[in-house]
Amino acid sequence: MSTLAANAPGATGGGLADVAASEATLRRFLHGLPGVDQVGLESRAATLGTRSIKTTAKAFAIDLAISMIDLTTLEGADTVGKVRSLCAKGLSPDPSDRTAPQVAAICVYPDMVATAKDALRGSGIQVASVATAFPSGRAGMPVKLADTAEAVAAGADEIDMVIDRGAFLSGRYLEVFEEIRAVKEACRRPDGSAAHLKVIFETGELQTYDNVRRASWLTMIAGADFIKTSTGKVAVNATPPVTLLMLEAVRDFRAATGTQVGVKPAGGIRTTKDAMKYLVMVNETLGDDWLSPHWFRFGASSLLNDLLMQRQKLRTGRYSGPDYVTVD
Amino acid sequence: MAKTNKKTEAEQPVQPAKASGLFEYAPAPESPAAAGEIATSYGHFIGGRFVDSSGSEALKTVNPATEQVLAEFAQGTEEDVDRAVQAARKAFADWSSLPGSERAKYLFRIARIVQERSRELAVLESIDNGKPIRETRDVDLPLVAAHFFYYAGWADKLDFAGFGPNPRPLGVAAQVIPWNFPLLMLAWKVAPALATGNTVVLKPAETTPLTALRFAEICRQAGLPDGVVNIVTGDGRTGAALTAHPDVNKVAFTGSTPVGRSIAKQLAGTRKKLSLELGGKAANIVFDDAPLDQAVEGIVNGIFFNQGHVCCAGSRLLVQESVQDELLDALKRRMGTLRVGDPLDKNTDIGAINSAAQLARITELAAAGEQEGAERWAPECELPGAGYWFRPTLFTGVSQAHRIAREEIFGPVLSVLTFRTPAEAVEKANNTPYGLSAGIWTEKGSRILWMANRLRAGVVWANTFNKFDPTSPFGGYKESGYGREGGRHGLEPYLNVEALDV
Repeated sequence: MSTLAANAPGATGGGLADVAASEATLRRFLHGLPGVDQVGLESRAATLGTRSIKTTAKAFAIDLAISMIDLTTLEGADTVGKVRSLCAKGLSPDPSDRTAPQVAAICVYPDMVATAKDALRGSGIQVASVATAFPSGRAGMPVKLADTAEAVAAGADEIDMVIDRGAFLSGRYLEVFEEIRAVKEACRRPDGSAAHLKVIFETGELQTYDNVRRASWLTMIAGADFIKTSTGKVAVNATPPVTLLMLEAVRDFRAATGTQVGVKPAGGIRTTKDAMKYLVMVNETLGDDWLSPHWFRFGASSLLNDLLMQRQKLRTGRYSGPDYVTVD
Repeated sequence: MAKTNKKTEAEQPVQPAKASGLFEYAPAPESPAAAGEIATSYGHFIGGRFVDSSGSEALKTVNPATEQVLAEFAQGTEEDVDRAVQAARKAFADWSSLPGSERAKYLFRIARIVQERSRELAVLESIDNGKPIRETRDVDLPLVAAHFFYYAGWADKLDFAGFGPNPRPLGVAAQVIPWNFPLLMLAWKVAPALATGNTVVLKPAETTPLTALRFAEICRQAGLPDGVVNIVTGDGRTGAALTAHPDVNKVAFTGSTPVGRSIAKQLAGTRKKLSLELGGKAANIVFDDAPLDQAVEGIVNGIFFNQGHVCCAGSRLLVQESVQDELLDALKRRMGTLRVGDPLDKNTDIGAINSAAQLARITELAAAGEQEGAERWAPECELPGAGYWFRPTLFTGVSQAHRIAREEIFGPVLSVLTFRTPAEAVEKANNTPYGLSAGIWTEKGSRILWMANRLRAGVVWANTFNKFDPTSPFGGYKESGYGREGGRHGLEPYLNVEALDV
């Protein structure tokens, strides 16, 4: 949407640099984005959900989905042993079939980053760490930055931060924007490289689709590498319509600025059928450019085993059941 | 015919829409065998039995996706029509004197059988009509059942429908339906007629008779009394004989405006009650504050749903000039993802054009669009070798004077016009002999109401399009016809509301 950028207040030549010049310009821009019709969005997501993915297409999609998983454990009860075991699972998801691809990343709390990093050394699997007082984000800025810096120092390749939903819902957009900027800064490593920044909206708390579109643009302008739906810790997590809307946002953002941003639905995606629906949405909204772990991820824990069972069924023609995949 | 068309299509400049994808969907075909057994030849359904025609002429129905003949069926003669009307007349006395609650039982039973046999009916409809299985499965069949359920509910409540106490049925209803939604149009006609106590003689379209004949089996399965529903097949000659029959009390027609006009002439001066649901050239109006992504979906659904074979299709896109480029870019991108092909593939979005004749008409009008100076665009997509196909097509630079802005194309062809102000949008939208439907896309609620009050169209959709529901009346202004189908209003054309005996 080239005119979208051109219409943006303060935008010059497709750039969005001046949008966040002040609270007023940022608000004007975000509230000037096209509205979202709830009924229409939900019906489009439902229609895409009726695509029938069979045989070769299914085999392709299952392997793609496995390779896109951020295999996650975010429990108070997490231990070094639990994290190591999860890493082993991510490295070799199906011990009975070494052709099963690796997952994209292991996602843990900051204090488990070093353990995961050690277990995954040399594998190419990323270590993602939640940060910024995940999941509520209710802490002061110094705490959030320290949380981030600690994870990065421990070797995290990716940081999954949460936005301040309280600030967003009370209209303090610039505050949210600057927080993302600051966390992005904290993602820098001494060698000049930086951890990838994924920004979690907690769409279940933002409630409206208009809010999700505004949060997407705010976050992308602030420099997020990925936008992510949810923490998995509230009642409503990733849904197909919310994800579709975010896919449309990254599509429009690239058209406006040339910058490509990734999308990560997280929480509540448990079955192969669900994963297929998400991949169909990516395929028909964004196409090939986003069909890789570099640009699309699933934040999930139980999804992997269902994908593996379906993979075994495609390979052997038999559905062998949950005792033939590993529980970690 | 198809071959000729393929050639002209191939000559069109087409722009690449989508690079060959990583994630290609493997074929996901619905089994044609699910349609059940299709007989090699069919007679009429009269007085509760399948009977041979009194004539010897037979017509053929083909699968428009393959051009293969599916079955032969009888060309109904005047004598056949007369037998059917007599059977309906004979059944009328008992049927109309049944308590409404008893008639409702039959309608509920039909609705449930339709649901139970919905896969069979969806596949059969897709094979005979060419429309994608996704639509027959998710739209046509659920609506067919919903119509029978809805009007079953009215059968014992007619005293409270607002037509005075004890409104009476008319008698024998002659019903002629089109080929675009064969079973759904049957349901729109048969359900209210039976609920109100009329008996019917229905003629399905000559390119799509199979689901109506299968419906006859359902009437038998439901134990519907003989003669309450009669089905006579044939082309326009049979239809004309039916609407002209002197013992018919009510004529209901859905189809083209020229045929509707000739029926109106034929019936002038008779006591037959008439309702017509005819053509359309709906404006789908997009304002610059519209929810753009959903508007694009609504435009696609408005014109490419059912290959554009929809009388209320949003065939004229009126877009506000300030948002034109952005919207058209998004629309073209979206059109590039439409999947055209085998109607039985569960992932097909656009199926086959219903007949060679209809394909010729679409091709001719699209050519006229180019000749008159409009710019043609279609996404690149491979069309199957056999069968009748037409790419989803967009015309920009269309003016009100162009034929493609005035005539009903009844195909997957969208004409794009622009406007500057709400008043201009209303003026252009209303500047058509038709008035069946319209769409408004804006986030501003007050503007929706302002527009809806000024648009001369029977249905005005706001931020959606082509949404149907049995509770909602449907029908036209001007040359789009008169009378309403659906909802409480849909009872009136089948009731004597003028002379009430108390």
